[in-house]
Amino acid sequence: MSRDTTMSLACAEHQRLSRRQLLAGTGASLALWGLLPRSAIAGTRDPRLLAMVLRGGLDGLAMVAPVGDPDYPRLRKALALTTSGEGAGLPLDSFFVLNASMPYLHGLYQKREALVVHATATPYRGRSHFDGQDVLESGLGGVGRIDDGWLNRAIAGLASAGRANPKGLAMGAVVPLVMRGNAPVLSWIPNAYNIPLRDSTVARLMDLYGQTDPKLAKAFADGMAINRLGAAGGMAAPARPAAAAPAAQGDGMGAMMAPAQAQPAGARPFRDFIETAETAAKFLAAADGPRIGALSYNGWDTHANEGSIKGQLANRLAGLDAAIKAFAEGMGPAWKDTAVLIVTEFGRTAHVNGTDGTDHGTATCALLLGGAVKGGRVLADWPGLADPKLHEGRDLKPTGDLRALLKGVLRDHLGIPAGALAQTVFPDSRGAAPVDGLLA
Amino acid sequence: MVGDGLESFPRLGSHPTLRSEEFGTMAMSRDAATAFRRFGLGAKPGDLKRISGDPRGYVRGALTGSAATLSTSQGLEPSHVVFAAAQAAQQEKQLGKALAKDAAQKAAAPAMAETDPMVAAAAPPKGSAAGAPAAAAPIARPNQIRRDALLEEQAARVAHAIATDTPFAERWVMFWSNHFCVSHQKGPVRGIAGAYEREAIRPHAFGRFADMLRAVEQHPAMLIYLDNQISLGPNSQAGRNRGRGLNENLAREILELHTLGVDGGYTQEDVTNLARIITGWSVGNLNQPQTEAGKFFFAQNRHEPGAWTVAGKRYEDEGRRTGQKVLDDLAWHPATARHVARKLAQHFVSDRAPASLIATLEQTFRKSDGDLLALAKALINAPEAWSVEPKKIVPPYDFVVALARGFDLKTKPGELVRLAGVLGQPLWQVPAPKGWPDTDDAWMGPSAIRERLRIAEKSAREVAPGVDPRVLAEELLGPTMSNDTRQAVARAETREQGLELIAMAPEFLRR
Repeated sequence: MSRDTTMSLACAEHQRLSRRQLLAGTGASLALWGLLPRSAIAGTRDPRLLAMVLRGGLDGLAMVAPVGDPDYPRLRKALALTTSGEGAGLPLDSFFVLNASMPYLHGLYQKREALVVHATATPYRGRSHFDGQDVLESGLGGVGRIDDGWLNRAIAGLASAGRANPKGLAMGAVVPLVMRGNAPVLSWIPNAYNIPLRDSTVARLMDLYGQTDPKLAKAFADGMAINRLGAAGGMAAPARPAAAAPAAQGDGMGAMMAPAQAQPAGARPFRDFIETAETAAKFLAAADGPRIGALSYNGWDTHANEGSIKGQLANRLAGLDAAIKAFAEGMGPAWKDTAVLIVTEFGRTAHVNGTDGTDHGTATCALLLGGAVKGGRVLADWPGLADPKLHEGRDLKPTGDLRALLKGVLRDHLGIPAGALAQTVFPDSRGAAPVDGLLA
Repeated sequence: MVGDGLESFPRLGSHPTLRSEEFGTMAMSRDAATAFRRFGLGAKPGDLKRISGDPRGYVRGALTGSAATLSTSQGLEPSHVVFAAAQAAQQEKQLGKALAKDAAQKAAAPAMAETDPMVAAAAPPKGSAAGAPAAAAPIARPNQIRRDALLEEQAARVAHAIATDTPFAERWVMFWSNHFCVSHQKGPVRGIAGAYEREAIRPHAFGRFADMLRAVEQHPAMLIYLDNQISLGPNSQAGRNRGRGLNENLAREILELHTLGVDGGYTQEDVTNLARIITGWSVGNLNQPQTEAGKFFFAQNRHEPGAWTVAGKRYEDEGRRTGQKVLDDLAWHPATARHVARKLAQHFVSDRAPASLIATLEQTFRKSDGDLLALAKALINAPEAWSVEPKKIVPPYDFVVALARGFDLKTKPGELVRLAGVLGQPLWQVPAPKGWPDTDDAWMGPSAIRERLRIAEKSAREVAPGVDPRVLAEELLGPTMSNDTRQAVARAETREQGLELIAMAPEFLRR
């Protein structure tokens, strides 16, 4: 971000405002952090990290709205949030408001446990969701290689000694790219049936795979490991009828491993968001659980009838807010050691499109929250929304590289050495220095 | 049975007698197993022996239009009927609400009961519930109509996949259905996602790519899924009146996913211009008397006038036809041939499919102008397609279907749909327009593999009493079975366990 400092200071008043806030928020502690060896910082805690990937291109201008930018209401018309009235957002500072659908997140912000990074983007400048997600999750400088993800490489770079559980956690049947790679990963889905697996069958299968199919052996062993973890942690599920049914037996099928309910999908909107977050918290909070997790939430591609104040996006943001709450509360005392990164592949057009929605854009915002975070701030080198300031005349211009945020978190929260960050985790990111002072 | 493949291609393995003399029955049976694994949906007892004389011929036997139709489609409604019924129900519901509100306001003090008869008496609007059973009911709920249609379509799809003796045709349909996927999570698509496949994909499965492309992009399910029915030309009559405009979602996915591919060389300008050209491609509804509800409708008043350039070619404005011309040109495009060839090779063979196979498919697509029958033949005739080691993890839907076929399960189709969903692949509910992931290891999530065992266990309990696992293993896996698997099954401590080991054997999980 420093590259843009001079430009930013020469710009309009509202831009200087947010720059000052940035400096005021980080300046003092920045030097102190710099003097401490990173390993010492990480070593004193038991840090947890959860990455949430929002797929579809989150409209950052609708989640954290630059109401202080004079061009914002003109571009966003009925989608524009305001400081008062029906479209009023929740105040973050003199320039930005948070979407009113996210009161819990706002509470975290006020407790200084959440910060926003705005006008940020990955290096990707195209407009394909899939390429955009590949760049976001691979952590590479461009499209092309999708063998593994930055979070997995980060796990591989961590010394396993002294860690409760060296494996990564992925929520869902398909491990998201960000968590794919050589480092071991546990993935979680609800049980298909409420019946125990037999130890003898499991052992024979392990033996068979061991002889013939090492990849299946690894996947199956990991699947059984996470099953045992779910039971051994004594993690009572939240009050849901099915949760109390079976006692742990055989394969250690715990209460949290309640079977999928035979209900139509979408019977209660965003229930899946909340349940996924709750379950992730149970694993990450457990004494012997994994410490680094990833999950993804779909459905942010708001081309039509976006409904930023009332409607589909507002509802989805409320779902995300409920998921954040479920996760934070589920972490319990471990929340103080927790950081959650919420990222998306790209933002959306600054203009409203012809169908009261927005199309694929470029810069957007990212969130960092958790008890370990030094929050209560919006970090932004605001580019402005005047037409000549827009990227390609249509999108919020990126003034920060998202990888700078990710690197700052990995370095100062997990204690990953700068060398490993630059060489293996984000190999093409020389221009994106880690952001300092993100953590309390 | 179709003829013996393109003349320009070597007819490998098409002579049963020659092959059985050369390689013996063992080699033939290996191919028979491959026919049901790589090119099918899993064997049933007796299948391998039955086709061992000519496995390739058996697979080629599926290359007919009738094999690609849904055999279980009795009672399923066309998409426009479901669409219209749901819309009528929606209108009744709104009318009912409005009347109730109105009555409540007028009556002010009197008892609430008075409003009920008024609601019930609300006259159904024009074209209400055409052909839908809901017509006589008090008030049909639109979501219920859509959901019922979805569940019936899903059950029929699974039942057909289990029953079919031309499984390659079904795999071929599934490939194209995924290539041109829609998600039933998007509003009215819920009621017509199944009909979409029957109407736009299956009829063209062994026809021309260009025809399938045209059918797909003009089907209401796709127009709604990717927002084109609400896209307005900014300079069209409606666009000027309403101050709304373009939505480029469908145009982008046509170029990126359906035809040229993401590296196919198109630009943002191509996307915007194609979006302009297909403005007016829309869906008729009950509120517009000049349209047929739930059918494709070209709305001239939403169509952006003007000549536009897409992929280097300029198109004069000919209304609806302009978009069709662009689609025809995209269907011919070399980048489309390459894109389709790569996807096919990855889907049916492996991430690391030989370059020679991709080249063969690409050439076939180009030489035949996208004749999908020729393309299917080229795939089946390619020796590489039969020789590459089975590396792909069978996707969840295919896994539960193979289990039902192999074990002769009596599980209800709807339950199998649920299980595929638990394993990560709910039918017609793709996470994004790109469709399901298709890399070799995409479906190897640890918990999902574990849950396959739980499903196998439940299934094994159901069928174990009458089955010898050692026999069934030979029947389903044939000579592709490893000695380790054979031994593990033979040494199982119970019948159930033996069956579970078959279902979880690498030979059953990979293809």
